[in-house]
Amino acid sequence: MTLDGKIPAGAMADKWDKHRFELKLVNPANKRKYDILVVGTGLAGSSAAASLAELGYNVKVFCIQDSPRRAHSIAAQGGINAAKNYPNDGDSVRRLFYDTVKGGDFRSREANVYRLAQVSNHIIDQCVAQGVPFAREYGGTLSNRSFGGAQVSRTFYARGQTGQQLLLGAYSSLMRQQAQGKIRIFPRRELLELVLVDGAARGIVCRNLVTGALESYAGHAVLLCTGGYGQTFYLSTNAMASNCSAAWRAHKHGAFFANPCYTQIHPTCIPVSGEHQSKLTLMSESLRNDGRVWVPKKKGDPRAPSQIPEEERDYYLERKYPSFGNLVPRDVASRNAKQMTDAGRGVGETGLAVYLDFADAIARLGAAAVREKYGNLFDMYHHITDEDPYKVPMRIYPAVHYTMGGLWVDYNLMTTIPGLFCLGEANFSDHGANRLGASALMQGLADGYFIIPYTLGGYLASGKLAAVNEGHQEFRAMETAAEQRLKRLLSANGKRTPVEFHRALGRILWDKCGMARNAAGLKEALREIPRLREEFWSDLKLSGDADGMNGALERAGRVADFLELGELLVRDALNREESCGGHFREEHQTPEGEAKRNDADFSYVAAWEHAGEGKPQTLHKEPLAFEETHLTQRSYA
Amino acid sequence: MSEKAKRSYTLKVWRQRGPKDKGRFAQYQVSGISPDASFLEMLDVLNEELIKRGEPVIAFDSDCREGICGMCSCVINGQPHGPDNGSATCELHMRRFEDGSTITVEPFRARAFPPVKDLVVDRSAFDRIIASGGYVSINAGNAPDGNALAIGHDTSEKAMDAAACIGCGACVAACPNAAAMLFVSAKVSHLALLPQGQPERDARALAMSRTMDEAGFGNCSNEYECEAACPKEIKVSHIALLNREFLRASLK
Repeated sequence: MTLDGKIPAGAMADKWDKHRFELKLVNPANKRKYDILVVGTGLAGSSAAASLAELGYNVKVFCIQDSPRRAHSIAAQGGINAAKNYPNDGDSVRRLFYDTVKGGDFRSREANVYRLAQVSNHIIDQCVAQGVPFAREYGGTLSNRSFGGAQVSRTFYARGQTGQQLLLGAYSSLMRQQAQGKIRIFPRRELLELVLVDGAARGIVCRNLVTGALESYAGHAVLLCTGGYGQTFYLSTNAMASNCSAAWRAHKHGAFFANPCYTQIHPTCIPVSGEHQSKLTLMSESLRNDGRVWVPKKKGDPRAPSQIPEEERDYYLERKYPSFGNLVPRDVASRNAKQMTDAGRGVGETGLAVYLDFADAIARLGAAAVREKYGNLFDMYHHITDEDPYKVPMRIYPAVHYTMGGLWVDYNLMTTIPGLFCLGEANFSDHGANRLGASALMQGLADGYFIIPYTLGGYLASGKLAAVNEGHQEFRAMETAAEQRLKRLLSANGKRTPVEFHRALGRILWDKCGMARNAAGLKEALREIPRLREEFWSDLKLSGDADGMNGALERAGRVADFLELGELLVRDALNREESCGGHFREEHQTPEGEAKRNDADFSYVAAWEHAGEGKPQTLHKEPLAFEETHLTQRSYA
Repeated sequence: MSEKAKRSYTLKVWRQRGPKDKGRFAQYQVSGISPDASFLEMLDVLNEELIKRGEPVIAFDSDCREGICGMCSCVINGQPHGPDNGSATCELHMRRFEDGSTITVEPFRARAFPPVKDLVVDRSAFDRIIASGGYVSINAGNAPDGNALAIGHDTSEKAMDAAACIGCGACVAACPNAAAMLFVSAKVSHLALLPQGQPERDARALAMSRTMDEAGFGNCSNEYECEAACPKEIKVSHIALLNREFLRASLK
């Protein structure tokens, strides 16, 4: 099979406009004849569901939490990018496009990224119109701030709760459509199977997490907006329920999984405090606008930070990257923190942390101004660590945060399964090998508000779909498959809990496929993960049953999928004999220790096809062409 | 890892198999708990032990564990979200509880929040309230430029204070009347303060108040317990604003 990205011909700036004209339209009166299933209610899912319902489609929405408002987009703090150029500091669609392609280390599709930059301004307008209380200047105009990896101020924000406010905006539009009868919401549901009829996605089987019942829903298209797979690492900044299962079920039904090794390790997280740790907490990297990162110059310096004089501190980001300083992209900041702690210069009880110091900012701006900008982040840090960052520097360490890889989609956001679309973090398309700060919110909302409303119509109008309802035999077959899987999980009767297996998988991945990777370690991981998976199915211990709410059973199902995706993640990392963005192979680095790409051999999207149970996936390559940007070695010095 | 002394606790946890079950407290011992562990991580540790003993795990809601999604609940030692001000259950840490103490854990209790299982309740009434008017009617594609409307810095900040509500329901659980006035007023204030919210201002205040009443929430009698329990420290002054909005709309 040849992968066709369906990138429109023509000049870059005209592609999307031309494509929208060429896409077939669904007559307004016919839209109500289509049922669309949207799985997940983060920024991508909520905005897609609301926008499609506004157009007249019948939409069914499924979410794992008790309300659509709780999806993990809500935890995004720092902001959302757009090419408005309100500050008059040189921004443009082209610059946002260029920064995003470069930030992604030239491993994303130019046409998708250009479109993202083009629609970015509409997103801000839409959110403002919904009543999102973005930060404002005294004259009443929107405020902007700068963010990691950019030299212009293009980030819009609502204190440190931008994701919350954008999600509540999308959620309010969603609820408005529900009140108008265009959307039905099914909360506390988890997708267990995708249903294909005649090769096209026509429905889902999900588990009602309250009653335990398996439920089937049919539709004309399925949109997976189910987020990333960062939880594969056990410790990440993702939410407890974040999982890869919907994407992984789709993968097993024929959706290719692209670039799984592109994982983002976020530099400003609160360090691990002990074995009990269930997840990690991120603090917005906007903190790096005013906080200064440093470690003691002396190895193993036991002194409290206040006792270390200025000349004995190493502000290593400012020293190594004078023009970007503390605002280097995430992957660069994370790797540098690791280099410092590996060299024995880490701080805190565990030595696995660096300082993020606000003393200068507080002296310059005053505590009140710092509080207005970062108050909630400082409070959060204080709550978790019992230390007051107004008085002592924060301790931070990188943590898994975002996954750039995901289901392969074409320019229309359709996967390799006809009728199955994938939006937001769950797809692979826009961020290449590294995502810039404040771009996740932009992509989720671009996909939902401004892209899928066009491309879904194009799909529905370009072919006739047979009538299919929940009585179709394929739904019975998939219900049976899901039921047997649950039975198998409950029948193992071994000794180890799902969390214990998850933690073991996470350790393998963090040690061997984390911030730095090498062939020897990856090969070890490829031996260890299948062994762990075998143990999982023979030594798993659960309690309770499948007839109602059972958190242990839910976790076990997700861990089973992490154990499979985790292996593919490592295989992809081993295959990619280069360093790019968040994928850092120790064998491939510049003399300065930066990621060294191999454009001649690896300028492609690695899209993996399921080849049957227990068999290694088949690799397909989508070549990446760079026509508008000049491939350069990323440099932030 | 942390050298801090581990702690032990006696837990009294509300167990209820389902909506029809009467429910009861069950007592558990937990030990080896780090003071740096969060309260929910302590419950995770207990659930791990329950799995090993073959007993059903305690059902409790939790997702982001950063105090922003509003999923976690629980009344801890009689207080929604526990003893810390301005934080959700997921932000509470065990250093707050003395070694050897007894901790009581219950669900949020209110007529409008029917029990689901153990510590989990159904808060979908909040979604219904939002669906009845907690939005600006704007379709994607219709919006004017974001800077077309000048909104003063202070106005925007005030709206943000109200919009910070995470919809957890602690205000309802804390109120002796199980009123939802703080939740409703936060959304009404957020949109009434902004120019975008003006066209639907009256209809919104009336519809959301009506839905609130129909859902079975009680009346406000100015106890201020809601403000004390709110993890985002939403102020009761919003309730006064809601009352004005409701009156204003009713008299038209």
